[in-house]
Amino acid sequence: MWNLSDIAKSVDEWLNSVMSPTWVLVVEMVVIGVLAIALFAVLGLVLVIMERKVAAYMQIRLGPNRVGPKGMLQSLADTVKLLVKEGLTPAGADKFLFNLAPFIAMITAMLLLAPLAFAKDFQIWDLNIGVLYITAVSSLSVIGILMAGWSSNNKYSLLGAMRSGAQIVSYELSAGLAIMTVVILTGSLQMSEIVKSQADGWWLFKGHIPAIISFVIFIIAVTAETNRAPFDLAEAESELTAGFHTEYSGMKFALFFLAEYINVFIVCAVGATLFLGGWMPFHIGNWEGFNHVMDYIPSSIWFFGKTFFLIFVIMWFRWTFPRLRIDQLLNLEWKYLLPISMLNILVVTLIAIKGWHF
Amino acid sequence: MYTITEEILTTPSGDMVINVGPQHPATHGVLHLLITLNGETIKKVEPHLGYIHRSIEKMCESLSYRQFIYSTSRMDYLSAHINNHGCALAVEKGLQVEIPPRAEVIRVLMDELTRVASHILAWGALAMDLGAFTPFFHAFREREMINDIMEETCGARLTMNYMVPGGVMMDIHPNFQRRVKELLKQFSEKIDEYDELVTYNTIFINRTKNVGYLSKEDAISFGVSGPSARASGVSCDIRKIYPYSIYDKLKFDEILYTEGDSYARYMVRVQEVKQSLSIIEQLIDNIPEGDFQAKTKAVLKLPKGEFYSRVETARGELGVYIVSEGGMTPYRIKFRSPGYSNLSALDHMTRGSKIGDLIASMGTLDLVIPDIDR
Amino acid sequence: MFLKEYISDVYGAVKSMAIGMKRTLYYFTHHQEIITQQYPDNRDTLVLPERFRGEVVMAHDEKNEHRCTGCTACELACPNGTIKIITKFDISPEGKKKKAIDKFIYHLELCTMCNLCIEACPTNAIHMAQTFEHSVFDRAQLTKVLNKPGSKLQEGVE
Repeated sequence: MWNLSDIAKSVDEWLNSVMSPTWVLVVEMVVIGVLAIALFAVLGLVLVIMERKVAAYMQIRLGPNRVGPKGMLQSLADTVKLLVKEGLTPAGADKFLFNLAPFIAMITAMLLLAPLAFAKDFQIWDLNIGVLYITAVSSLSVIGILMAGWSSNNKYSLLGAMRSGAQIVSYELSAGLAIMTVVILTGSLQMSEIVKSQADGWWLFKGHIPAIISFVIFIIAVTAETNRAPFDLAEAESELTAGFHTEYSGMKFALFFLAEYINVFIVCAVGATLFLGGWMPFHIGNWEGFNHVMDYIPSSIWFFGKTFFLIFVIMWFRWTFPRLRIDQLLNLEWKYLLPISMLNILVVTLIAIKGWHF
Repeated sequence: MYTITEEILTTPSGDMVINVGPQHPATHGVLHLLITLNGETIKKVEPHLGYIHRSIEKMCESLSYRQFIYSTSRMDYLSAHINNHGCALAVEKGLQVEIPPRAEVIRVLMDELTRVASHILAWGALAMDLGAFTPFFHAFREREMINDIMEETCGARLTMNYMVPGGVMMDIHPNFQRRVKELLKQFSEKIDEYDELVTYNTIFINRTKNVGYLSKEDAISFGVSGPSARASGVSCDIRKIYPYSIYDKLKFDEILYTEGDSYARYMVRVQEVKQSLSIIEQLIDNIPEGDFQAKTKAVLKLPKGEFYSRVETARGELGVYIVSEGGMTPYRIKFRSPGYSNLSALDHMTRGSKIGDLIASMGTLDLVIPDIDR
Repeated sequence: MFLKEYISDVYGAVKSMAIGMKRTLYYFTHHQEIITQQYPDNRDTLVLPERFRGEVVMAHDEKNEHRCTGCTACELACPNGTIKIITKFDISPEGKKKKAIDKFIYHLELCTMCNLCIEACPTNAIHMAQTFEHSVFDRAQLTKVLNKPGSKLQEGVE
């Protein structure tokens, strides 16, 4: 059967047969780098058009429908436009930091790609502390935003960056605790282990109500962490015009824009891996026939399907809810999400120790 | 001329001064607010006006009594009909003409349709200011139907110039009644959606409850009128307290809330839409037959004197004050526009609150900038 | 007691949001509710109401005759100075001098489509057309002469 891991394996074997192991490593790293960038570009294009279509249908509009079939090439045209636009640097800006910030935002998004399991045995780096790595690296993204806001020499940007700093730092707590529940249930930080532990059912269903609660908290927290509405206070169009990227234009703006979507993809992929079984097909108990049919669907389709479903949910939030105010945003975290998830983690620990989960 | 210098970017005490506007997504036009901030907390809001001043009052002095009415559609463009109505009333006071009953009913119908269109736009724009984009488009669906009705009967969608001294310019279109009934049906189906999407939403309630508080006394002393004042418990509906046209014969309630916060201002608008729809329902099948325009002379001349009329626009009280020297053109025209006094309360309402609250307060005041500047 | 309030708070909040999300999901899945009009594509089928005020035009019949006597009522009624009527004196076959319009100049760029000129016209010579695509590259093109060259006053219109 057509399988991503088989392709990867055969490429690896072929490379090993033509050159020394050191060179194989170098070539594979380059190939992976190119593939990662290609994935980013494709994801950026797909997610932007998806967002615009989702928004349009919810707003009883048609959305982009001119460029390409049903407007599917609209985001490509937009990219071309952004590429040829002048990337302005304001006179009073800290030029080095100003130009560095979009790359920081992009690189942190890129680093997070490493431990994701895209399909069965198809992973860039299955390091044994995968979950920890993700929580650690994702907190770096605030640096890019702070840098952009500070160096722009714009008051709106500064306000946006400060908001974003407070927001990301606080929401990491409950996102981390929500991730911890799955780690406790699995007993491993390794992504492949977590996926394997869900072979007989996803944690969302196996972990009873506490798992559902932590899944909801995870979705809320990562929405906030990626600065998406209703938590888009860092951009807050009607308050701060465009927040931290007010002064950015052209491709530098596009990098921030892309980083946002890549972050959304990554957090959704993490959510899908932790709670929805990653690339594991959907199985129901003893329905042999049904399970067999499910196995026929390639594992990469399962992974991307789940991820895109979560992305849709996050977009759905964005186009339904108004924005929170900064103090309410922090209230929500410190007065609601954090206590609930702390209580939740106790219950989950009890479940894990007693082995009450399925 | 006002120039921005280094000194005003920060105050001596180190507070940050930011310019919201003249180009800003939340000001819905060219309003310039100079905001002094301490962190996220607002210390002072200073509106700077004049970016869209077109001196309509002065222009009107050189226009005849028929001509000047069209320019008032450009003041508060969201309640164009009501502005025109106010001007027509003032001129009619001077002319002492009797308005045919059919014209009166058509006028009130148009006024109320305009009010509905304005309030639902305010609803959508408020939601958009607070970050929810979807309600804005849903509001436009119904507003579009009203605009189509206007287009069919009056010939224009926004600046209709339909009211003339002595009645209305044209008779209603044969389709008018059918289409208004369609609109009423559409509203009865979709009005719950407005509540589902915005009114009951926890985030929306948190963003607007206890935000931008304006007490009854302050509302009176700032001269706030319209829905914004009624949310503070000030009974100021001109349609009730100084009834003009046929409003004294109609059954409708003056919506009064006493909370005085943004949520109350929002609720007043939502309830007023329902009241306006009930007025339309009462009238739509009872349009009397007859002339749509009283016979007036080709050249209108007002007797020497002063004429004042007041109408309730979607934003508050519009006063039209005409001084006539007996000639073909007014000697002086003064408009008391609701937006100007409503804006004056903004600083008082938002002091000490967050930036997000400023947006919510501004959205619920429902400012139309050309109305403020004229 | 506090805990009960806390939980009912959370429950109420989640419920209100779920109601809103249900509504947007309904629109996401019901595409027949879409109200977009694809304007330049539907140009052929686009019907504007007959009262729509797009621009002032002067009707000419098949004999190239209009109904404008050049009384300048419209010029006086116009609040913006949009209309300028230049008159001339036609000499009728009997040798009588008769006032007629030479040029009916209409400045579309000044016009606010207020309909006052149409109302003022005693002979129904002008009316509003339903055109609305008025953009041109040169402002001079917006100044129009409404009476066609060689046209004259219809018989019997005073």
